[in-house]
Amino acid sequence: MKPPSLKPGSIAIVGASETTRLGVIPDVSNLGLHLDAALNALADAGLKPQDVDGLASANEHPWTVALELGITPKWVDATNVGGCSFMLHVRHAAAAIAAGYCTTVLITHGESGRSQVAAPRYAPQPASLMGQFETPYGVSAPATMFTIPVLRYLKERGATVEDLAQVAVVQREWAAKNPRAFAREPITVDDVLSSSMIAYPFRKLMCCLVTDGGGALVLTSAERARDFPAKPVYLLGSGESVESPIISQMEDFTSSKAFRVSGKAAFESAGISHADVDHLMIYDAFAHLPLYGLEDLGFCQPGEAKDFFRERRTAPPSEGKKGGPLPMNTNGGGLSYTHSGMYGMYALQESVRQLRGTAPAQVEGAKISVCHGVGSMFSAAGTVILGAEA
Amino acid sequence: MSAPPARALPKPTPETQHFWDGCKAGELRLQRCRACAQSYFPPRPFCPKCGGREVEVYAASGRATLYSYVINHRPRPDMGTEPHSIAVVALEEGPRMMTNIVNCPQTPEALRLDMALTVTFSPQSEEISLPLFQPAGA
Repeated sequence: MKPPSLKPGSIAIVGASETTRLGVIPDVSNLGLHLDAALNALADAGLKPQDVDGLASANEHPWTVALELGITPKWVDATNVGGCSFMLHVRHAAAAIAAGYCTTVLITHGESGRSQVAAPRYAPQPASLMGQFETPYGVSAPATMFTIPVLRYLKERGATVEDLAQVAVVQREWAAKNPRAFAREPITVDDVLSSSMIAYPFRKLMCCLVTDGGGALVLTSAERARDFPAKPVYLLGSGESVESPIISQMEDFTSSKAFRVSGKAAFESAGISHADVDHLMIYDAFAHLPLYGLEDLGFCQPGEAKDFFRERRTAPPSEGKKGGPLPMNTNGGGLSYTHSGMYGMYALQESVRQLRGTAPAQVEGAKISVCHGVGSMFSAAGTVILGAEA
Repeated sequence: MSAPPARALPKPTPETQHFWDGCKAGELRLQRCRACAQSYFPPRPFCPKCGGREVEVYAASGRATLYSYVINHRPRPDMGTEPHSIAVVALEEGPRMMTNIVNCPQTPEALRLDMALTVTFSPQSEEISLPLFQPAGA
């Protein structure tokens, strides 16, 4: 099959920012967090809301964001596939700009995940697939669903709960270098394995944080990018897919089909190999996701992901221990940086910071960043590959 | 103290009614494509493998193996107060479904992956019996 015609590097991110505060924000609503992030990202791009002609958002409707900011969009994307929605927004926005539907796209996210100030409610209907075939068996929070495949993964891959714990330990090492990270105290494998049991085999420190926050991005064509004040970051490739809304129908509990499809499309459209990747973000709502992500994106063979953590290949230099060649989740991830519910936007923000050279835990000379998101419980995937150069 | 809330129950749709009627009658009903012989679940009036609409409902064996699970240590209010399994089982006929493993200690030692299971139906209301699974021979 012919690769997509969107040329790598032809679309750029020219504005990027998170909300002014992250963590516990009880005095701002869910929508207010969208708007705060949007104004920050627009200021970063040197734009006013009226300069925007394309709009995308997920957990508040674009029409609400449009009204509040005074934007009249000519292109809209309300795709909501959970926490990787923003990866899909970037991909769709790039196609829309290339097609001439709009010139300047604003993608917003805000989420009162912890304080629950005017936050949208998600309750499965009893007649839905989840309501009929999963809810009756006691599933509730993601910790009781997203985790169900993991015992099968551990058995098939020869991995252990210590491997899951090691993921959390390494991510915390990154978080310790980041003043905006929510959880920065160093932890050990023993700390993780003695934290409270949530849903066996998952303990509390293997599960993501619950915070408030948001972020926004501004995209335009690469030709216009140099007219903006911030250093542009270029879109090299992308991918997306969905699999199942209910975890029980995931085809293979040891591998995400959506991850594989999305990752392959992203690498093919960017025309890069895994050896070209300087920096990696893999959405870590739970400690098993980086293991699945490394394997399903093709960074290693099935069963080898655990070795990335045993050998500290994604870790920062820490207390005399060497850092690894593939820095991953360098903000601390959903496990230690922040996780308001839909984390993908924060992963994209960290990729942009790394390629601009402004990350708190900066990877020296990072030129290519792969940013991979998951939506709901392995239900969706979005992959964005960004470059410091077009 | 107020009584615990009633267990959250499914609401059948026209496409799934035969499955829930089967559970009420003590039968685990799957569907199968007449064209390509694929068995599938959840219910739908066509084959997810080939798209054919010529499908039939049949009674499955009720035999399964334990594919994967968690033990929820923070049960939902309608699920009691003790840690309980939330499992996915592989039916002998191929499809997988979510369930609870019952008549078995809710411990990692007792819940072994790939252990043999059989279906048991748990009446919840006039309309709904839930298909649960127990160790074979229990």
